Amino acid sequence: MLAREDELLPQLRRGDEEAFTALVKELHGSLLRLARTFLKDAAVAEEMVQETWLAVLEGLDRFEGRSSLKTWIFSILANKARTRAVRDGREVLFTEMASAEEGEEPAVDPARFKASGYWNEPPRPWDDHTPERLLANAEMMVHLKQALEALPEAQRAIVVLRDMEGCSPEEACNILGVSETNQRVLLHRGRSRLRRALEGVLSAAGKKDSP
Amino acid sequence: MMTCKELTELITDYLEGRLSLWDRMMFQMHLGMCRHCRAYLRQMKATIRTVGALPPEGPPPDVTAELLDRFKDWKKSH
Repeated sequence: MLAREDELLPQLRRGDEEAFTALVKELHGSLLRLARTFLKDAAVAEEMVQETWLAVLEGLDRFEGRSSLKTWIFSILANKARTRAVRDGREVLFTEMASAEEGEEPAVDPARFKASGYWNEPPRPWDDHTPERLLANAEMMVHLKQALEALPEAQRAIVVLRDMEGCSPEEACNILGVSETNQRVLLHRGRSRLRRALEGVLSAAGKKDSP
Repeated sequence: MMTCKELTELITDYLEGRLSLWDRMMFQMHLGMCRHCRAYLRQMKATIRTVGALPPEGPPPDVTAELLDRFKDWKKSH
């Protein structure tokens, strides 16, 4: 949900330029972030976001408010990306989303557990690494962004919507056209991969610090 | 008894509130007894919060200006 969304829609329909500029400021970066999960080419992604804005203008009068404005705008982008992917012969991403349950992808390297299923190599507590401190650590943020970009596209799209944009599970499913179960599997795998990435960097840093 | 390995696979269902009552009880019982899994859960939550705090880039000024022009066109055509 956007701030003051109930006021925003009538303002936009009245042609309030300030309201429109504020909406672009608030959502453009988010749309680009989502577009880049579908389209590797930054210029194509930017173009797709611009097209999305034009489609928003075209559809503004018809928008019925059955979803939030933000969800609606994200859905327009996702549909455009899907059409583009089909045209370019790379529907991989959407196939990937539909078949999330296939294949195994353990959250944690199985070698870290004993045969009994209990920890053999347990996680080291991150008590010194609160999110605030992680965020303040520029090197860590570079690694995190790299890990995010390295996620399989379908996982990344879900993580972007759920954990970065704050969408509900239902909204994420509607935007990307995935089932609730697949959404959860992809979220689980994506989050687990990011945790592993952070753990890898933190334990490497730990080793560097110790004599 | 739920194992640590099982817990790491059920953690998203737990955070999403999608575990059955029984599984939720088993999950919490395991957490109560296993500090390693408590550490794992904290790491997972820290990961989610950290990713969530990464800010999106703002739009470049020329893009904002260009879109505002299109908005004005749209307004005129109304």
